[in-house]
Amino acid sequence: MNLKTLAMAGLMASTSTMALADGVSIGMITTLSGGGAGLGIDVRDGFMLAIEQSGRDDIEMIIEDDERAPDRAVQLADRMIQSDDVDIMTGIIWSNLAMAVIPSTTAQGVFYLSPNAGPSQLAGAGCHENYFNVAWQNDGLHEAAGAYANTAGYGNSFILAPNYPAGRDALTGYQRMFEGDVAEEVYTQLGQTDYAAEISQIRNSGADSVYFFLPGGMGIAFVRQYAESGVDIPLIGPAFSFDQGILGAVGEAALGVHNTSQWSQDLDNPTNVAFVEAFQAEYGRLPSLYASQGFDTANLILSAMEVAHPDDADAFRAALEAANFDSTRGDFAFGPNHHPIQDIYVREVVMQGDVLTNVVVGTALEDHGDAYADQCQM
Amino acid sequence: MSAALLIEQLLNGLQFGVMLFLMAAGLTLIFGVMGLINLAHGSLYMIGAFAAAGVAGWTGSFWLALMGALMAAAMIGALVEMVVIRRLYDRDHLDQVLATFALILIFSEGTRFFFGSLPLYLDTPDLLSGPTTLPGGIEYSKYRLFIIAVGLAVGGGLFWLISRTRIGIQIRAGEADREMIAALGVDIRKLYTMVFALGAALAGLAGAMIGPIQSVEVGMGEPVLILAFVVIVIGGIGSIKGAFIGALLVGLTDTLGRIMLPQLFGMFMDASSATTVGASLASMSIYILMAGILLFKPSGLFGGQS
Repeated sequence: MNLKTLAMAGLMASTSTMALADGVSIGMITTLSGGGAGLGIDVRDGFMLAIEQSGRDDIEMIIEDDERAPDRAVQLADRMIQSDDVDIMTGIIWSNLAMAVIPSTTAQGVFYLSPNAGPSQLAGAGCHENYFNVAWQNDGLHEAAGAYANTAGYGNSFILAPNYPAGRDALTGYQRMFEGDVAEEVYTQLGQTDYAAEISQIRNSGADSVYFFLPGGMGIAFVRQYAESGVDIPLIGPAFSFDQGILGAVGEAALGVHNTSQWSQDLDNPTNVAFVEAFQAEYGRLPSLYASQGFDTANLILSAMEVAHPDDADAFRAALEAANFDSTRGDFAFGPNHHPIQDIYVREVVMQGDVLTNVVVGTALEDHGDAYADQCQM
Repeated sequence: MSAALLIEQLLNGLQFGVMLFLMAAGLTLIFGVMGLINLAHGSLYMIGAFAAAGVAGWTGSFWLALMGALMAAAMIGALVEMVVIRRLYDRDHLDQVLATFALILIFSEGTRFFFGSLPLYLDTPDLLSGPTTLPGGIEYSKYRLFIIAVGLAVGGGLFWLISRTRIGIQIRAGEADREMIAALGVDIRKLYTMVFALGAALAGLAGAMIGPIQSVEVGMGEPVLILAFVVIVIGGIGSIKGAFIGALLVGLTDTLGRIMLPQLFGMFMDASSATTVGASLASMSIYILMAGILLFKPSGLFGGQS
């Protein structure tokens, strides 16, 4: 390639960027393959549904698969920021990936809106004016479960989580709200598949309730084995082990279990009714918690784009803070650390027709913020 | 700890132990008779589980699924032996490890190609679902009791096969002196294929039986393979008896360690650090057991003199 064609190519490249200058470019890094693929696919599908419904053609989407690997996510983020020149990034599911990508993204002046992961570090001392979490701070659903256990009259819980940071945070969050006694606090190995020993402990613990946080396949194995063991102490969990994407795998063992979530497919507000219907029409399955979070994230971005372009960072940020969009959760507002203040519901797993799903049976916490907001200095 | 809980945990340990025995028996036979280190043994476990899930999805019968898993694993085992493994007997162990590691990759990606990367689930048969009450009022899962029974029956069958039948004599002779039994007119190639298929069938049976308890997914065999290696090292390489005792030791140590160590540390530490330290130490317990046994018996409990 000689110098002249090189110059031509450079010129063409610069004009094509200029052509997009009025539009907004959004980079989505999420998990689309491997064991956690279901979550990322749902976030993406919910997000894209909102973009399509908006009818806007000035949004450029760049979607990449992080394969649940932090180094891959960092690589993709660097490329999107430095060569694709994205204005906004979103999509990450897992807290360890979020910690690897988000601080450097926001430091480079790009907006980050998390549709899922909400590690405590980013809600407290590590908060940033360009970082917004549209889902929850990680502790939220566990705190709600503790509050639910109080109102349900439980006074003695057996609590169980894998031995890794999010597992320890989960049990801390539950105990922050739970007023009863803890019969036993048990940590299992991450990725453990057989829970016979723990289930025997539960049977003999004398507890009146079991709280467990076992994300992904671990939860599926635990619930199936628990049902099989004949132990009938009621289970409580966060939504993750009972959400639409994995209920089919858990099977009827999950029937009747109470779990906590900021969203449910039967929440009766016009936005949600329309969302559930449109999602089913588009993808032929019921939306999950993650799909609702993706949908809300996209609608928040769209609402802020009505006010200002992300290049006008201060105006765009103010528009995001206003959260002037119709959330599938009903009321939605941001706290001072850009994390949601929202109601968290108690759901019960039921059989509707021949599909297992969740229905709301109560509210665990109203207008719930998070415990880390005080530590955030913006 | 109450007696009921202790008995229940002993049963859990026993169930885990017999599962490990099914894996370790094939591994130790193949190493003992052919001198081959087979890393792909975990893949045969996975193939058993997937074959069971496939047959169960197609026919709806758990028992047919179990048969299908046994046959699929044995057939694929025999095929792999004839096509690949046969060329490795004369090579050194590094070549065997490399080639069988390649087989793991091929089997994993092949399974992902046919079944997808989402986990599959098997249901327990109605006959065995739910708990049963044992003497003393102890409730225990019927299905786990079934696994213990099958494991013990297979163990007994293997002892009989090895000590009382003509094939058993050939296997033992093969372990002692490979060249000599070939010289005596035994068709050593056929014997090798048979032993390999037998080991593969046992691994496939283990995988199929674990399906209803856990999820059936790509890569499920490798964690079990590591434990099976620990078992045969403890028991003495090549010894079925050693594999049986070793498997029960590992199963019981792992299960009891998981519940007792956190409680032990709880006696002189605060609760949250005791559970963390106890849980971490529990995951090391079987390796500490292995190191301890090798310290006193360098070739394992029932190992030869070599």
